[in-house]
This record gives sequence, C-alpha cells and structure tokens, in this order.
Amino acid sequence: MGATSAARRKSIDYGGWFLYIFLTLFGVIMLAPLVYMVSNAFKPTAELFLFPPRFFVINPTFKNFQDLLLATGTSLVPFPRYIFNSVVVSSCIVVFGVLIAAMAAYPLSKHKMPMKKTIFSMIVFALMFAPQVLQIPQFLVISKLGLIDSYAALIVPFLAVPVNLFLIKQFLDQIPDALIEASKIDGANEWIIFWKVIMPLLKPAMATLALFSFIAAWNDSFSANIYTTTEAMKTLPFALLTLSGGTGVVARVGTVAAASLLMVVPTILVFIITQRMVLQTMAHSGLKE
Amino acid sequence: MNSQPVIQSAGIRAKRSLGTRIKDFGHELKTSRTSFFFLAPFLVVFLIFTVLPLLISVMLSFTYYNIVESPKWIGWSNYKLLFVEDTVFLKAIGNTFKFALVTGPIGYIMAFLLAWLISQIPQKYRFFYTLCFYTPAITSSVAISVIWVYMLSGDRYGLLNYWLMQLGIINEPFLWLQDVRSILPVIIIVSLWMSMGIGFLAFLAGLQNVPKDLYEAGAIDGVRYRWQELWYITIPSVKPQLLFGAVMQVVASLQVYDISVALVGVPSPLYAGHTVMTHLYDYAYIRFELGYATAIAVVLFTVMVGLNRIIFKWLGSEE
Repeated sequence: MGATSAARRKSIDYGGWFLYIFLTLFGVIMLAPLVYMVSNAFKPTAELFLFPPRFFVINPTFKNFQDLLLATGTSLVPFPRYIFNSVVVSSCIVVFGVLIAAMAAYPLSKHKMPMKKTIFSMIVFALMFAPQVLQIPQFLVISKLGLIDSYAALIVPFLAVPVNLFLIKQFLDQIPDALIEASKIDGANEWIIFWKVIMPLLKPAMATLALFSFIAAWNDSFSANIYTTTEAMKTLPFALLTLSGGTGVVARVGTVAAASLLMVVPTILVFIITQRMVLQTMAHSGLKE
Repeated sequence: MNSQPVIQSAGIRAKRSLGTRIKDFGHELKTSRTSFFFLAPFLVVFLIFTVLPLLISVMLSFTYYNIVESPKWIGWSNYKLLFVEDTVFLKAIGNTFKFALVTGPIGYIMAFLLAWLISQIPQKYRFFYTLCFYTPAITSSVAISVIWVYMLSGDRYGLLNYWLMQLGIINEPFLWLQDVRSILPVIIIVSLWMSMGIGFLAFLAGLQNVPKDLYEAGAIDGVRYRWQELWYITIPSVKPQLLFGAVMQVVASLQVYDISVALVGVPSPLYAGHTVMTHLYDYAYIRFELGYATAIAVVLFTVMVGLNRIIFKWLGSEE
C-alpha cells in the first residue's frame, strides 16, 4: 500500500500543474454565464442598459427581487403562488418517486420472483427513449382520467421514472445478500426488513435519486404548460417564460435575471447537500466483502 | 436423450409437462405476493403513463386525430406525408442529426475526460470541480437561456458582440440568434455547456470505484504512463458506466427541444433551429394534428431505440 500510493503521488506531481490549470480554466469558463446571471440579478436598471456593457455589477441592489415579488405580470396571480406550486409539486415527486422506486428495487434485486427478468428488461428498454416522445398520449391519458388542471397531473405521471428504478436497483445489487439474510433469521418480516435494513442501506442511492427527481421536476416547464389550464396552477418555469415576454426578447432583464437566480439556486443547493452524502458513502464503498 | 436421469450438480431443471409448469407458475405468483406488492406502485404508474401511451402512440400515428373529432384510420398516410412531402420535417431531421452528431460524441467524450481528470486529483479538491462542471447541467434551461439571449443580444449592448468588436474580430454587431448561419451552432454550444449531466456523474462515481489493486497489478505488468492506465485498466473497468452514459447521451442529443425554443423560438428564422421535437410540438399544440404529431413521435422513438440497440451491441451486453 505505502509504496504504491507513493508511486501514484509521484505521477500526480508530474502532470499535476497542467491538470489544475486546465481544470480551473475550464471551470471558470463553465461558470461564467452563471456568474453573469447573478451579477445581472443585482444590477440596478441604469447598469443593465449601460454602454459599454459590463460583466460585473458595480452597485448591487435588491430592487429586482422586490419588483419580482410584487410583479403579478399580466395575470392576477402573485409571483409567490408560482413558487408555492413548484415547491409542492417538486417535493411530492421527490418523496413519493424515490419511495416507489426503492420499494420496486427491493424485490427486483433481492427476491426470487417470476417475471423479474421481463420487468427489468422493460425498464432498460424504457431507458432507451426520452419520455418526451410519449407526451401526446400521456396528455390524453391524463385528460381521460380527469386530472387536467390538478396537482395530480403535475405529479403522478412523473413518479415512475425508469432511470430512477434502474439506478437504485443496480445499487442494491451490489449490497451483499448476507446482510439481509442475517436479519431474516431474526424473524423480521419483509416490510420490516425493507424499512429497517434496506432503506438505510439505500440512503446514498436515494439521495442521488432525490437530486435527479428534484432537478427534473423543478425545471420542467412543459407539464405546467400543457397539463394545467388556470394561471393559479402554473409553476415557476412557466411564470419565468411569461415574465420574459416570450422567446428571444430582451425585456425586464433585471426582474427576469432575479427570477432565474431564484430558479437556479435551489437546484445547486440540493446538489451540494446530496453530493456531500454521495461522496461520503463513496469513501466507505468497501462493502464488496 | 434429455429424459435420461442425469445427476445435475445444482439447479435441477428437469423437463416438466405444460400443466405442471402453469401450476408451478401460479404457485410462484402466490408465494411471491409480497414481491409484487412492493413492485405494484411503481409498476402501475409505469404501465399507465409509459407502456399505455406507447401503445396509444403507435395506434394514433395511423390516424387523423384533432381532439374534437374521434380518430379516423388513414393507414400509412401520416408517414408518407412526413417523408415525402413535409420538407420542414426533413429540415428538422437534418438539424437534429447535425446537432446530435456534434453534441453526442463531443459531449460524451468531454464528460468522460473531465470525470477522469477530476478522479486524478486528491479527494478534497474534487467537489469544487465537480460543482463547476455539473452546475450548468442542472440549471433550468428556461432560466439560463434568458441569460444567453442577453449575452448574445444582436445589438452592441450584447456582451459577446461588444467583446468581439473590442478585439476587432467583427466590425458591426452580429445577429447571433437571428442569423441562419449561427442559430444551430449557438444551440450546439449552449447544449454542450449544459451536457455534463447524469453521464458525467456516472463516470465520476465509476472511476472512483475502480479497485486500487487493478492499478497495482497493472504496474507490475508494466503499465508506465497514465494513458496506458486509462486505456488498459480504467476504461475496461468502467464499461457498464460507459454504456449507461452512452444511452443517456443518445437520448439527450436526439430530444433537443427546449433550448432551441427558448433561444430562437418556434418557428425559428427559416427553420434554422427547427428540430424533430419542435416539429412535434408545432403539430401537437399549435395545429392540433395529433395523429400526425404522434407519427413524428414514433419516428423519433424508433431512431432512439434503434441507435441504442446498436450501442448495446457495441459496448457489450451488460444486462
């Protein structure tokens, strides 16, 4: 161990400088548009239309955010309503979606059951196309079920995500059966095994799924556009679209930048929180017996 | 021959009659009630919102349907129309393929190389770089395209135009989002910027979990340089992740839609940013020709699944 880690450190020193310079440069380029967004969100009106245009803000102000919260746009729905809708929809999708996926992964990975292979290959097949190609019949199904313009229309169709089940099942496959067998001998029934043994073991995978589900739900501008009809049921991305005055229009730049920032910050926060958990468990991934 | 009594070491699988097999299956179903109970919530939602729509899609694509009247069976007409007469669709397919051919491979290789480079630096610095590359992928495309539109604004207030003019590369403001020549490249660049997503994370996780002793064994076998390590040890050990990333990349690059809509709109100038998905959107929600729109969806579906089948064959069949 000692000798090899020394050898590896040596090889890091050798290309190390170049590696850090490259990664840092590339990272800065990747972050630049986001920094520009933050900077615009805090710019007073005078600076937004300044010539020559400036990348960074000179006199930061919260005025854009105030305007945003007071802005009702063309409708009578106050902006916080959209935030509320987005929070409700996203959190339901995260909680129930992750739970459902974890429950489904357990028998698929650890039980002996008929049609296991068939079900799993169906899931793998579903990975091969984007769910978006099914949006028209999905819309028809939702309207036949009478769900149009309800929270259910924005939540239920997104609970069974093939990628989620695939990821969590693959993760569970790597956990040795011995751990589960041990608790079975103690006389626990399946339900208790699931809550007490499987769920804690699945924690990192569930954190990862929570992240993906949250991002997908929070950023989804399509379903609120099509599946709901009243303004009070719309979500943040939709509000942002109407606020910016449609495609390619540069209007109300400050307010829109503030709204964009509000949209982007939660996804980054969720990533920071869950990523720490994932990295933590990566460190003890010595579960391989 | 096979009825001869042969002692099998493990998993006795004698031939049984059909009757007992069905009975056994029924018995199996009964004993695995709990298993199905666990699966049920996911399976029900999956059947209603994925499998059922898939069947409806295929059927509707052979009909004329406009929501108001009930669907009328018209056979292959939608498909004929698509490939023979609809020049805008052909344009859309061309754009989508051009887009996918660039963003697919470049995004994929970039994600893998960046994940590999990150895995070469010490643990404590990895998170910062992961955040830098991953953040664009998780930002809302609606939110971020507002900023790109502003940055690429066609007047001299646009940051890019201003900088290029300062550097003397262009003499007058360029209409990045209106000029037919720059629309597709702009969509490609913004998409690449956002493409370090789920595949990137899969690579990162896979690369961190390559067993250390493989490298030690490699060193004994004469692996000297980092690229040798990469080629002979790392890539073979992360093959399952590579396959997963490739499937995700194909799907993501063929469904290009919201960035195009947010940046250049529907329809874009001279359809320069028109993709298969925007064409679908146009027919489904603007013209309400749902039969025709589902035919478009079925074509896209077939292309995605077909391409992924090839990739599965190519990267090895890992269940």
